[in-house]
Amino acid sequence: MKQSPTRRVLTAAAGLAVLALPLAACSGGGGNSDDGGAVEISYLTQSDDNNTNQAKALIEAFEKANPDITVKLETQPGGTEGDNLMKTKLSTGSMEDVFHYNSGSLFQALNPDQTMVDLSDEEWVSTLTDDFKAVVSTDTALYGAPWGASFAGAVMYNKKVYADLGLEVPTTWDEFIANSEKIKAEGNGVAPIIQSYGDTWTSQLFVLGDFANVTAQEPEWAEQYTANDPNAKYVNEPAFAGFANQQEAFDKGLFNEDFPSMTNAQAMEALATGAGAQYPMLTATIATIIQNNPDNVDDIGVFALPAANADDTAITIWQPNAIYISKATEGDKLDAAKKFVAFANSSEGCEVQNATAAPAGPYVTTACTIPEDSPALVDDIQAYFDSGKTGSALEFLSPIKGPNLENITVAVGSGITPAEEGAAQYDDDVKKQAQQLGLPGW
Amino acid sequence: MTTAVAPTGAAPPASRTSKPPMGRKGMKSMYPSWFYIPAAVLFIIFFAVPTFSSFYFSLTRWTLFDVQFIGFDNFIAFFQEPQLVTAFINTFIYGFVTSASKVVLGLALALLLTGPILGRGYLRGVIFFPVLVSTIGVGFTFKALLDPFHGIVNNVLGFMNLPQPGWYTDPNLALLTVAAVDVWKGVGIATLIFMAGIVAIPHEYFEAARMDGAGAWSVFRNITLPLVRPATATVIILSLIGGLRSFDLIWAITKGGPGFTSDVIASVIYKQYQAGFFGLSTAGNVILFIVVIAVMVPVSLFLNRKQDEL
Repeated sequence: MKQSPTRRVLTAAAGLAVLALPLAACSGGGGNSDDGGAVEISYLTQSDDNNTNQAKALIEAFEKANPDITVKLETQPGGTEGDNLMKTKLSTGSMEDVFHYNSGSLFQALNPDQTMVDLSDEEWVSTLTDDFKAVVSTDTALYGAPWGASFAGAVMYNKKVYADLGLEVPTTWDEFIANSEKIKAEGNGVAPIIQSYGDTWTSQLFVLGDFANVTAQEPEWAEQYTANDPNAKYVNEPAFAGFANQQEAFDKGLFNEDFPSMTNAQAMEALATGAGAQYPMLTATIATIIQNNPDNVDDIGVFALPAANADDTAITIWQPNAIYISKATEGDKLDAAKKFVAFANSSEGCEVQNATAAPAGPYVTTACTIPEDSPALVDDIQAYFDSGKTGSALEFLSPIKGPNLENITVAVGSGITPAEEGAAQYDDDVKKQAQQLGLPGW
Repeated sequence: MTTAVAPTGAAPPASRTSKPPMGRKGMKSMYPSWFYIPAAVLFIIFFAVPTFSSFYFSLTRWTLFDVQFIGFDNFIAFFQEPQLVTAFINTFIYGFVTSASKVVLGLALALLLTGPILGRGYLRGVIFFPVLVSTIGVGFTFKALLDPFHGIVNNVLGFMNLPQPGWYTDPNLALLTVAAVDVWKGVGIATLIFMAGIVAIPHEYFEAARMDGAGAWSVFRNITLPLVRPATATVIILSLIGGLRSFDLIWAITKGGPGFTSDVIASVIYKQYQAGFFGLSTAGNVILFIVVIAVMVPVSLFLNRKQDEL
């Protein structure tokens, strides 16, 4: 009994084919069946509760207004994991039709000219602020529509604690330290400054939230920084202040005792209940208090991280995230996707935004207005806008944001690394990023 | 690859068996050669191609959107990484601490569990159980148990008026805490290997030694220890490789923190990947690959030479 060579090859081929079949079956799915005028598009957002709830509400309202279009909700993790998923999906053309993502430097890293649909000719573009247009545009086109309101990175504080101790909102760093010392001495165990390194990203606010003060002192700083100007470095003033401040606050023992392991959610709870007095944070996190401690929402106020001089003190503003359309979307789906984006930026879309996520700062489109019953801290932020004391966060002015800042600021804020060393480490970290981006001059 | 059967081969079987085996050609395979094809295809697609392409990508600036060849710049950048020295030192500390503890504890437990004790089968199960649990699950569980302020361990210590260390928030302790959890999780495998080694020692040796009046320590020192050497070598090699490239447990418990104090090479690489520096992190992987080989080849040669001398 001998097998002929042909027979053997045939057997092998059949074996391979049997193995390959299930694989082929896997990739065979996803055929679209849009007959009869109905179009289905997909919308991708981040998988946390706030984002999915908002997305569900938006889809529901949109489908009601456009019965011939259905929108399928897809979610994925946020953060750096999400960034990489975004890049992978966009570079392989498998991105959902419409997706929600950051604006500014993270948006630029997605290579929008190659991967996204130009939206500059849409009607709603005229309602946007120039600041926002800048953070969703490249040299050639505009790609994103805002979703949510702008917010500040500043010190959120408990007004009751301030009132009990007779404190005033500080406008200089020394006043801030004096307030904190007083809370420590007379506050009956209230933590003067909350830090929550259980979520490492929260440690960056001393540095990132100080950036409006840097711009107030040197308006060209961000440009020089992007161009690798040796003066515009974190080891030099004015930018060094952020690191120095964080070290000083640690050295003076102003943090809550469990700062190394506290999470952001626990910190918000402590702030809301008055177990902690001040928390340098993004004001968008007020959503957590609205959800978990609704009765305390209006006890929370906000003030800018103070600069050394009161004249330089300004509040740092983050632009909202945006909604984009993938370039792989074509034909009927593209029309439907554009309708969806326009809807999000209409007055109906605004109602959804107001109802599902209380704004923590002004909107960047005239299509939206802040509701009467918004949290008290929005008024505090608006006051800075009215007096012209605002500045954009660095990530909206420069494409460079070093990935290790959160670890460096944890080390500085835990007394492991001195501020000078931390700042120098961050300058090195930034250099790597700039080289990877292929920026000139690095 | 084929076993060289002449296609039209009408040669009588007798003449084949009478031939002396000639190297590979004479090797008789248990299976027909096509039987290997599926495995070979999987190996090539999922192992060989990624391995060799990673050597290429380590020489590029790679954003997933485009690839630009930049020579050895990534390797230079990787070695300029400010945390690299800490990460290297930590990697070696972690590798050697976990490996040594697994050898010592594994051998002790194996002696206990091969001896005549009550509930032996049950205890064997208990020791081996952690090996079966997901590493990430173990990491998160211990992170909760060891929480410096709200964790059960420190609450109990506080109740007994003992100091409550910041297990994974104290920069001096974080790495050792993770190493301890790693040992807890991995010692079952070491114990199992040592048990197999001890059980395989012929009883006559022990009987003869006792006849000569040897005590327990003397039996252990002169019979058990030398004769479980192959098992020891296996445990050292396996746990050292595991320790040097260890990542998941460290990530689950400390994410390399606080700051950079418990970073190892693998976590530095992962952070670079997270940051979108794909070329750079691939270069890091190539370096880790070389480092592990550079450590393991001499160690394994040394251990195996000792075995031959027996």
